[in-house]
Amino acid sequence: MPETKTRREETTRPESPEDRAPDAQASEAQGEPDREAQTAEKPKLSDEERLQGLEPDKLRRIAYDMLLARRFEEKAAEAYALGKIGGFCHLYIGQEAVATGAIHALRPDDYVMTAYREHAHALQCGIEPNAVMAELYGRADGCSKGKGGSMHMFSAEKNYLGGHGIVGGQIPLALGVAWKIKYRGEDRVMQVYCGEAAVNQGAFHESLNMAALWKVPLILIVENNRFGMGTAWERASSLYDIYRKAGAYAMPSAVADGMDVLDMYRVTREAVERARAGEGPTLIEARTYRFVGHSMSDPVSGVYRTKEDVEKEKANDPIRIYADLLARVGILSQEELEKMDEEVKALSEASADFAEKSPEPGPDELYTEIYAEENVAGRLYFDGRR
Amino acid sequence: MAVVTYREALNQALAEEMERDPDVFLMGEEVGVYNGAYKVSKGLLDRFGELRVVDTPITELGFAGLGVGAAMTGVRPVIEFMTWNFAILAFDQIFNSAAKMRSMSGGQFKMPITFRGPTGAALQLAAQHSQALESQVAHYPGVKVVVPGTPADAKGLLKAAIRDDDPVCVFEGEMLYNMKGEVSEDAELVIPLGVADLKREGSDVSIITHGKMIHVALQAAAQLEKDGVSAEVLDLRSLRPLDTDAILNTVAKTNRVVLLEEGWPYGGITATIAAMIQEEAFDELDAPILRVTQADVPMPYAKGLEKIAKPSAELVIEKVNRVLYR
Repeated sequence: MPETKTRREETTRPESPEDRAPDAQASEAQGEPDREAQTAEKPKLSDEERLQGLEPDKLRRIAYDMLLARRFEEKAAEAYALGKIGGFCHLYIGQEAVATGAIHALRPDDYVMTAYREHAHALQCGIEPNAVMAELYGRADGCSKGKGGSMHMFSAEKNYLGGHGIVGGQIPLALGVAWKIKYRGEDRVMQVYCGEAAVNQGAFHESLNMAALWKVPLILIVENNRFGMGTAWERASSLYDIYRKAGAYAMPSAVADGMDVLDMYRVTREAVERARAGEGPTLIEARTYRFVGHSMSDPVSGVYRTKEDVEKEKANDPIRIYADLLARVGILSQEELEKMDEEVKALSEASADFAEKSPEPGPDELYTEIYAEENVAGRLYFDGRR
Repeated sequence: MAVVTYREALNQALAEEMERDPDVFLMGEEVGVYNGAYKVSKGLLDRFGELRVVDTPITELGFAGLGVGAAMTGVRPVIEFMTWNFAILAFDQIFNSAAKMRSMSGGQFKMPITFRGPTGAALQLAAQHSQALESQVAHYPGVKVVVPGTPADAKGLLKAAIRDDDPVCVFEGEMLYNMKGEVSEDAELVIPLGVADLKREGSDVSIITHGKMIHVALQAAAQLEKDGVSAEVLDLRSLRPLDTDAILNTVAKTNRVVLLEEGWPYGGITATIAAMIQEEAFDELDAPILRVTQADVPMPYAKGLEKIAKPSAELVIEKVNRVLYR
């Protein structure tokens, strides 16, 4: 497998053919088409066109990354059931194409930030599976030293800016990072994710307005998995089409098929190129679906969706769709896929062993890293324990 | 030393720090073209340009969060709230993001951001525009809180806040902007956070307070002196970190304490200090600790009601007499 750092693009890809341009004007569409009608707007492309001239190594790497996210989380779910992982734990199973495709369109020096359904994003940015699993276990070798957990993974080195737990709260933060890029005149972009339910928060609208007003290099990807916890999107928004909300801020937007990793890559690339060219932010609505409950404490189906609903969507498994394509074009055979699967399973297994052996943070860690400097004038803590 | 207003002192601090460090920028409502709602940023747009003095839409949550994200990746934002009352809209970003980023990332991200704006009641601005919120903000581990009460402290503490690698919330006195005082012209004169200042020495009783209330305390102390009572006035200047040594020293000196704050009593900083004193210096006390705060009600508009709702020198004198058993 290629090195971790190649998970993000190192070089500029050739121009896309015009007919593949995302629907930047889609926000001007009339009426309120339903979900199926909108997703069907995805351009009808041949296999060849879908591959966008990407190198076979990169295409295989994308398969590997999606597969790793899936197997890693299956292992995490197992560990959670055994009580080895605590707290809230939100799995990404079913949505892997979104972050995998979108982060592959970035360079290593670009920034990524998301909400709390973040294990795949953290892995995709190059944090080692061992460090992600150790964080889930709350251990000292975790990527946040065991202080963040499932919802607060970070890596300054990989430009992965977390893991945020308040719905929509990360969007203004990402706006600030994009603003910093502009302030310093850097050649970078900020890619931030939120769920569709976050779109109803004021933070989303305030940020879109300023991002468009100041033309900062922000790419906001809304992962529309159709449920804010147990509330169907149709029951939470007066307008189904999230990408159209960008129109209120004169911001370009597009819909991407969040079950198709190459469509995610294609649409994100367009937005990244626009941002790098100084043309400002883009809103991308990624239509996806989670095959698992909202968190580990939520059953896969029940009060808000039926077992049949979920089974029907599983026919669109993003890994299956992609593997079939690669097999068809002769880039990844069934045997190679199985070998790859064994490899990521072993890696996930090893990460759990690593986490198991990693020490818990010691009691002396309780008061570290809260302030920059502990030896200051005056008292910082008032619990009488120090 | 030159005599300048509290407003000019803050302006000098901003200008000097922006001059010193190109990563420092000022952002908020009306800070640029309008020169600041309270004219604190007067002239800064002309001097530093619109990349570094940024007028925002009215969107407190959004631009506070913008500052936090920018600070996380290496620059040093100064975020101005037109008043701290409006910052309540931004508390999610101050408490959930700025205060916790370093800790929940295992120390990977520093947070060199300053949030500033006026606090407390002015005159007849009614319930939503008259709140002293510094105690509430100081409640959150991860943030620092300073409340300057004089022009010199305003300049020195704001400079310290901007240079600090933690989120510092600066609570300016809305009624103090016109106050004049001697201020050093030394651009390197920084007042460290967490160091209290004895604004008046005394031997009979300690009045411990901060911000605008130091002037109420000094007024009460002057009145008490005529009555033969020697009151010490300790200005905390910083609520977190808190100069507990200075507090314990004055308690040991006078053995009697009146705590004064502009905000409400419930969960106020005075409650924290009273608890701390009885835990750590109970034997030094010759009387129970008493407090003077705002009446525990939303601020009324009517002039007479507002007057009696606010802490006053009369109320302080009354409490001092009680701790002296006079």
